[in-house]
Amino acid sequence: MTAEPAAAHPAAEPVAGRQPLYQPKVSRLWWLRRRSYTLFVLRELSSLFVGWFVVFLLLLIRAVGQGEADYQRFLDWAANPLVVLLNLIALGFVTLHAVTWFNLAPKAMVVKVRGQRVPPQMIAMSQFGGWVFVSLVLAVVLVGLL
Amino acid sequence: MADRITLEVTRYRPEQGTALEVVDYEVPLRPEWTVLDGLNYVKDQHDGTLSYRWSCRMGICGSCGMTVNGDPKLSCGTFLTDYAPGPIRVEPLRNFPVIRDLVIELGDFLRKLVRVQPWLTRAHNRPIDAGEYLQTPSELDDYKQFSMCINCMLCYSACPVYALEPTFIGPAAIALAQRYNLDSRDEGSAARLDVLNDHDGVWACTFVGECTTACPKHVDPAGAIQRYKLTAALESMKGYVMPRGGQ
Amino acid sequence: MSGRGRKRSAEPLLWLLFSGGGVVAALVAPIFLLLFGLVFPLGWIDPPRYDDLHGLMSNWLTRIVLLGICMLSLFHFAHRFRYTLWDGLQLKHGILTVACYGAAVVGTVLAALLLLQL
Repeated sequence: MTAEPAAAHPAAEPVAGRQPLYQPKVSRLWWLRRRSYTLFVLRELSSLFVGWFVVFLLLLIRAVGQGEADYQRFLDWAANPLVVLLNLIALGFVTLHAVTWFNLAPKAMVVKVRGQRVPPQMIAMSQFGGWVFVSLVLAVVLVGLL
Repeated sequence: MADRITLEVTRYRPEQGTALEVVDYEVPLRPEWTVLDGLNYVKDQHDGTLSYRWSCRMGICGSCGMTVNGDPKLSCGTFLTDYAPGPIRVEPLRNFPVIRDLVIELGDFLRKLVRVQPWLTRAHNRPIDAGEYLQTPSELDDYKQFSMCINCMLCYSACPVYALEPTFIGPAAIALAQRYNLDSRDEGSAARLDVLNDHDGVWACTFVGECTTACPKHVDPAGAIQRYKLTAALESMKGYVMPRGGQ
Repeated sequence: MSGRGRKRSAEPLLWLLFSGGGVVAALVAPIFLLLFGLVFPLGWIDPPRYDDLHGLMSNWLTRIVLLGICMLSLFHFAHRFRYTLWDGLQLKHGILTVACYGAAVVGTVLAALLLLQL
């Protein structure tokens, strides 16, 4: 094995005089094989609902820009059961996104205070705190407009 | 408790055909026995042709990685009793070509490892009379975790990105690059940036996080990659602003 | 450090946009969808009155913040969805990558136009 010529890929090329290698194959349904893979794919699919969040926000902005009647039409449309259902699913996915994001983000950051590494749990906690704070502020602003 | 347990061992015997075959072997179920002990028993008592790699039996040589009941494991640290009453599926590490039985082809990993220059690099070495390169405990802390890697490749076996994009340089190689990048004595981070700041480098990773789950030495390769993405992004932004790459 | 030979890849910039969008979407999207998607339509709480909402949204600071939210969230979507297609579904066509980021650019321009109309 020592004097083996460099192969481009693990699918290592056959070496003269050696028996053929068994090449593993990846199924298109690889993400169903493990629960953690499935959860990962669901997390990645949350991006679609982040996209929907922007579409929904832009529809609101357009309606508000066009006048009171359009705003009312937007609210009526949003009360359509199908739209409510879509928003319910979207809410589930963006919440999955938020939770996984704030859990994983501390991994990218190493904060040191006086030579001591701040524990990742502290960073995660502060991010969840920030999330709650921003949500409360937005809720107060939007609901408090009454 | 039953005193025997069945190992369902995946066998690949290229001289007999190109298909995998699962063979059941019954081995004694003893509390102090690991999957590796079970395989050694099979080799001694049932079939001397069973092939697998092992050496230290104490989780430091990194050669006995296998897929045990679907999870990448060091077979020397995986106890039979944890899987009682069995059976226990023993397969070769996933995502690698198989040479024979449980022996995988690891040339790809070794070639990738070298590309990240996993050694201390200095522009000018100090003369020996000048003494050691001193390091504070905090500086040691910066990279110590990544120095625990034993090159067992369990993280590659766990990584779906490596399965789908075999050109991905992979978790352990990036973690080991960070082991040297974050070492206060090292000056090789610029050369490593060229390798890691690439489609096949850190940007191939989608942070599944399974490498960290699989790692038997708590290296946290996923964390290493995420941290390096931030480093590489900031370095690149400097490059956009200052095209000469001034420092 | 020499700049020569360094690859001029777009990945770092796209990743920074993706990350910024990840933070923004995580902070804002759940509460927004909760309020405008469920709470107001289902009548649990009365929605904001038109004049109040219009006054709030047409403030220039709000418009800039909304544009930032839209742009970053769209790039977050584009980047992540590109990897989903590439790895998850094994659809490896460069055109899909262009379509993902193109949608983000188009959406951002559209957001800017709509915000100007307020």
